[in-house]
Amino acid sequence: MGFDWNVIVNNRGLLFQGLMVSFQLTLVAIVGGMALGTVLAMCRLSRFRVLAVAAGFYVNFLRSLPLILVIFWFYILTPQIVGHPIDAYSSVLIAFTLFEAAYYCEIIRAGIASVKAGQVNAGLALGFGRWHVMRYVVLPQAFRNMLPVLLTQAIIMFQDTSIVYVVGVRDFLTTADVVANSNNRPVELYSVVAVTFLVICFTASRLVGRLQRKYAL
Amino acid sequence: MIEVTNVSKWYQQFQVLDDCSLTIRKGEVIVICGPSGSGKSTLIKCMNGLEPFQKGEIKVDGVSVGAKGTNLPRLRSRIGMVFQNFELFPHMTVRRNIALPQVKILGRTRDEADARAVKLLERMGLPAQADKFPAQLSGGQQQRVAIARALAMDPVAMLFDEPTSALDPEMINEVLDVMVALAQDGMTMAVVTHEMGFARRVADRVVFMDQGMIVEDATKEAFFGTPRSERAQLFLSKILQH
Ligand SMILES: Nc1ncnc2c1ncn2[C@@H]1O[C@H](COP(=O)(O)OP(=O)(O)O)[C@@H](O)[C@H]1O
Ligand SMILES: [Mg+2]
Repeated sequence: MGFDWNVIVNNRGLLFQGLMVSFQLTLVAIVGGMALGTVLAMCRLSRFRVLAVAAGFYVNFLRSLPLILVIFWFYILTPQIVGHPIDAYSSVLIAFTLFEAAYYCEIIRAGIASVKAGQVNAGLALGFGRWHVMRYVVLPQAFRNMLPVLLTQAIIMFQDTSIVYVVGVRDFLTTADVVANSNNRPVELYSVVAVTFLVICFTASRLVGRLQRKYAL
Repeated sequence: MIEVTNVSKWYQQFQVLDDCSLTIRKGEVIVICGPSGSGKSTLIKCMNGLEPFQKGEIKVDGVSVGAKGTNLPRLRSRIGMVFQNFELFPHMTVRRNIALPQVKILGRTRDEADARAVKLLERMGLPAQADKFPAQLSGGQQQRVAIARALAMDPVAMLFDEPTSALDPEMINEVLDVMVALAQDGMTMAVVTHEMGFARRVADRVVFMDQGMIVEDATKEAFFGTPRSERAQLFLSKILQH
């Protein structure tokens, strides 16, 4: 059995599109997850008990579920709740954002805790209100401290996006699978998928390592 | 300017401040000393509401710090505070450290705030450092930037919590000189420090604390002459040895 790499060349447009969908999904989940995660983290640290408890429940609940279950759940149950079908792509965007937010919340919470109390006191003593201390003093330092962890989480998430295969979203892996089946060339296509993931994730982790050394405080 | 009246504070069972009373008039410089753990930091943090207290009253420029309706951020913006570990914001340049609070809290324009920052840096003997980050400066330089940042808010009084005790010996004087100049300019100051040379030069009164109590509150002449309490005598003899 010989290899036929022509199948890759002939379908490069499709495969590239699939890769872009994977990237897009990763990007939306990072941005959405981090925004919602920041809000959740501030709720968890809030002096208002109701907010803190609600956010804590949300985070612990989602972190105890497997990602694949959350994706299925949104895909199958959301149409029944909202009363009309939603496309698979929107459903995974929402599922990923809500799922990742729980993890980002905990990373951000640790980042906020890593900023020394003296910095908060200095901000308050100048006359900043609590929100301004958060905004100008604590969060910028927190994000700097947690940059490596945030980026590592992003790399893990990029790998996790391939799970959307289960609801048929045309990401990189699903596209490769479709091409593999219609051309009966699974070995070539899965090899390409593996090498692509390897190159992207390896390069990204090297970059994280360099950033980590550069911004180490 | 600052009136502390019968203030007591507890951490759960543990009493940190025990019926402390202290008055600092406008333009007065008082030095607060005492053994570690005696409540000096806690007392000055109560003065700008960074620490709550359970009994007594503190008034700054007529405003009650502990009262419910008090706008604490506004009150704090009028009292400068300098910390042992400088607490400059490490992610901002020196200029921004000094300018940002002026812009966000006092509503000055960026140009006004920057101009003020440059002028104060000159007064602190730090021209040409405005665009550096705190980590690029020595401890003594960082502490002077911290003083400039506090002064930029045009405070009515300044609180110092052991401003030189985290510094290498050769940098202590550059910070003390700035503080002496400030005192001679008529700033109202409460300074927690063990630098008795500083106290001798500019203090109007010396306050000695022990176990949460103000044991001695005397003019510096009286304090350095013969402190009335035995504990203060013991403390003085210890710190004056080195
Ligand atoms: N957050 C806190 N919780 C419990 N005890 C504290 C806290 N902060 C300070 N203390 C205690 O209060 C006492 C006075 O502390 P502090 O005001 O920092 O003393 P000083 O500045 O004179 O060294 C010390 O015994 C210290 O252990
Ligand atoms: Mg102290």
